[in-house]
Amino acid sequence: MATSVFALEPLWLALLLQALAALLLFLIGAVVVGYLEHKVLAHMQDRLGPMEAIWHGIGQLPADGLKFLQKEDIIPTAADRWVFALAPAVAVVPGVVVIAVLPFGPGLWLTDLDAGIFFALAASGVTVLGTLMAGWSSANKFSLMGGLRGAAQLISYELPLVLAAAAIVIQAGTLSLPGIVEAQHGFTLFGVPMIYGIPHIIGLGLFFVAALAELSRPPFDMPIADSELIAGHMTEYTGMRYAFFMLSEYAGMVILSALATVLFLGGWYPWPGVGLPEGAAGMVLGFVITFAKILVLSAIMVWLRATFPRMREDQLQRLSWSVLIPLGLLNIVLVATAKVWF
Amino acid sequence: MSETLPHEGGVILPGGPGEAMSVEIRDGGLVTQEMNLNIGPQHPATHGVLRVVIDLDGEVIVRARPVIGYMHRGFEKLAEARDYRQIIALVNRHDWLSAFCNELGVALAVERLMELEVPERAQWIRVLMSEWNRILNHLMFIGSFGLELGAITPVFFSFREREDIQSFLESATGGRLHFTYTRVGGLKEDLPAGFLDASRQMAATMRSRNDEYRQLLLGNEIFQARTKGVGALAPDVAVDYGVTGPTLHATGVAEDVRLSEPYCVYDELDVKVPVRTNGDSYDRFVVLLDRIDASLDLIEQVHEGLPAGPVNRKMPKTVKAPEGATYVRTENPLGQGGYYLVSDGGKTPWRMRMRTPSFSNIQMVPELLEGSLLSDMIAILGSVYFVVGDVDR
Amino acid sequence: MAAPSLPGSGLLKGLGLTFKTMLSPATTAQYPHVKPELPPRTRGVIALMEENCTVCMLCAKECPDWCIYIDSSKETVPVEGGRTRTRNVLDRFAIDFALCMYCGICVEVCPFDALFWSPEFEYAEYDIRELTHEKERLREWMDTVPPPPPLEEGAVPPAEIEAGIAAARKEAEEAVAKAKAAAEGGGEPEAEGPQIDEELFARLVAEGTPERAARAKAKAAFVKAQKRREREQGGDQ
Ligand code: SF4
Ligand code: SF4
Repeated sequence: MATSVFALEPLWLALLLQALAALLLFLIGAVVVGYLEHKVLAHMQDRLGPMEAIWHGIGQLPADGLKFLQKEDIIPTAADRWVFALAPAVAVVPGVVVIAVLPFGPGLWLTDLDAGIFFALAASGVTVLGTLMAGWSSANKFSLMGGLRGAAQLISYELPLVLAAAAIVIQAGTLSLPGIVEAQHGFTLFGVPMIYGIPHIIGLGLFFVAALAELSRPPFDMPIADSELIAGHMTEYTGMRYAFFMLSEYAGMVILSALATVLFLGGWYPWPGVGLPEGAAGMVLGFVITFAKILVLSAIMVWLRATFPRMREDQLQRLSWSVLIPLGLLNIVLVATAKVWF
Repeated sequence: MSETLPHEGGVILPGGPGEAMSVEIRDGGLVTQEMNLNIGPQHPATHGVLRVVIDLDGEVIVRARPVIGYMHRGFEKLAEARDYRQIIALVNRHDWLSAFCNELGVALAVERLMELEVPERAQWIRVLMSEWNRILNHLMFIGSFGLELGAITPVFFSFREREDIQSFLESATGGRLHFTYTRVGGLKEDLPAGFLDASRQMAATMRSRNDEYRQLLLGNEIFQARTKGVGALAPDVAVDYGVTGPTLHATGVAEDVRLSEPYCVYDELDVKVPVRTNGDSYDRFVVLLDRIDASLDLIEQVHEGLPAGPVNRKMPKTVKAPEGATYVRTENPLGQGGYYLVSDGGKTPWRMRMRTPSFSNIQMVPELLEGSLLSDMIAILGSVYFVVGDVDR
Repeated sequence: MAAPSLPGSGLLKGLGLTFKTMLSPATTAQYPHVKPELPPRTRGVIALMEENCTVCMLCAKECPDWCIYIDSSKETVPVEGGRTRTRNVLDRFAIDFALCMYCGICVEVCPFDALFWSPEFEYAEYDIRELTHEKERLREWMDTVPPPPPLEEGAVPPAEIEAGIAAARKEAEEAVAKAKAAAEGGGEPEAEGPQIDEELFARLVAEGTPERAARAKAKAAFVKAQKRREREQGGDQ
């Protein structure tokens, strides 16, 4: 198995490069997915979206970023200053951390943890702490309700997410993300090389739905519900702090899409059994393939957003506890049985 | 609630600053406290400056009280100091989504006082315009209702249609929102050439587009889950509060002025009033969609039957309504509009009282809100169709 | 609606529609790059035909929010032959478009066809005070006033316009007859001629301009010419 390209000497150089790469991937991923959302959403709504910034609006998000920078940073008088100021950071940091374990191509990961998948899921779950902190500290009832809804939602949906991932872990026999990709590479279904997503269609569905809910993406955007809670926990935020929340949302899309890619769609291989060339060419190709898969998944998230109204809080809780979680458990049983059988 | 609201640590807690929050258990359950929440006057769900004060128990609304008047512009008083031509321009504006229907109501009232016979062609065109205005209005609410439930696409679709309709209405009236097309005794001027063709074409397009809305929202399971059984309004409650229009029709009462007290040439047309029976948000929405189809039917009938002739009659330079009083009812897009005109024979009315459908609709809202979830409030407010300007006037 | 079928089919239908929309071209207009085509009746901005205005103040009086500002003064015009005439001179004519509600009453009441609607709309300002436009600017907008559109089938043009056109025709014929007579007699045509520029009127009508518009333009041209004449005469003395 390949080792990370960042396994360099001396250590400080490796660490520096890793930190830089994680930040860069985080930003680029968020911006690209953000642009994708702008454009796909616009076209689905019979309009063009941003068109002015550079060419077809590709400069829109960087321009927005600059605009956010210039905005006044307002902290409400009644707010809990420290918690309020920290919340956006708490929302962003897990995203950067999770990037560290995600494989974007052969050897293109910052570090390969033995329990990579659980590290990723656990760390991405921290994001909601930011939501909760923001909701609590804003001294705004709408924010508070948004924060609480967000927390409740996370608790219910973390479970199906983990259950869906657990089935894959059983299948692959490893918790390491690059390990899963390699295991998937050698996977065959009745002799035909196959991505996990096809036999594990239930798991894929579960994972995707739970990921949407984790991200508070429509149709699970009750915590933000702009028509009732204004912007949920982000109501009182302005300028860069607000931008951080937006960044963390888009980065969250990248991360969960990347996880789904690794778990269900064969990671950086175009198809299990189809290899990549050795060396740098393979790395670039692998990176492109991974990113393409991520974008497709993100586009589907946007597509859902363009089409569906949001579910009510009690409905989405019921969906999780009485449909998704039993389904997730059943899925594990099925996978385990099948694994022992074959 | 405690007398002073401590603002320490962000959120208002029971107990006050420094005191630990105590958890009390009574009757085997956690004792909770009601939270008072101001929805509006600036809030995305109220489309306008309406304020709803609600008391929440968790996510359940215990009490709701709409507070109106943030948009009061004294239309009725202003009308006493304006002549009839100016009033027509004014009533365009309080309910900006039913501009034509409102100016028509005023013109009808003055005409009735003056005992004027309006030329046939003008009456047909008035029907045509009213129905297009009705569609414009309903499109707005179809879009915004979707938006309130979190579906962001319908509003773009419905505004696409609104744009198209407004464009050809503009070619006749010169305005996109405030048409100011009616005059006492007829219309400002006749339709420009090509208007009827555009209207025919748009009617056909609109029919297919209306099906798109059904496809996008009605069948959607999430949409159904959000709206079915939510904010169900009983017919007798609706009648008691004077609720009219689509909100009333959704409860199964088919009262429609176009049928019960036809004005213009509605008695010569085949007016269909779509009715549903459940009275919930879903039915109110379906009624809206069906009403668009019904209006398109009427528009097509007008295309067929539009007679030739003048659209105006010779009027004196200053219109003066003779002494007396009259009350005219019209079926506005949101419900029944009433125009009570008292004249002392001068060129301005002595009193001009308007009954607006939105006012009655909003009055009824607490009935629906109390006991529902906060999220359902959005579905209810979005489907009890009202325009804040029309409420406050 | 059809009976409910498979659960989730409603969701898929919606997804299908948004996908279809994505593949079809967008309908939005790229505004600053593509200008909208507005119909001639659009109430965009009010243009003033200064030459026609007799300072009768009707528009300012009838405006529901009194946003038309008119100043005028009396001017004595010496006329050859010793008698003097006074006439109103328009010193200021301004419309505050920040107040105007675009109701069109001023245009409608003006008895001398001095106000017109133009579909021009790009006159936004950063300062609300700059929205009060003076007569020079209002005059410039006159160039953007389109002719009124022809009417839909079955329409009867209003009687007064019909009558006006008939009268104009009659006047024109008389004038032509008179001119002919004068030419034959070798004398000068009489001073009080028809109040429109016949030549221009005939030409415009021949070009297909609706008569009302043609008449207005011809009238404007005539008044302009007359004013010029008056001024020249005034300068001579
Ligand atoms: S359009 Fe109406 S408001 Fe505007 S200047 Fe004319 S009369 Fe006044
Ligand atoms: S009504 Fe016409 S003629 Fe009279 S002042 Fe106004 S613009 Fe001039």
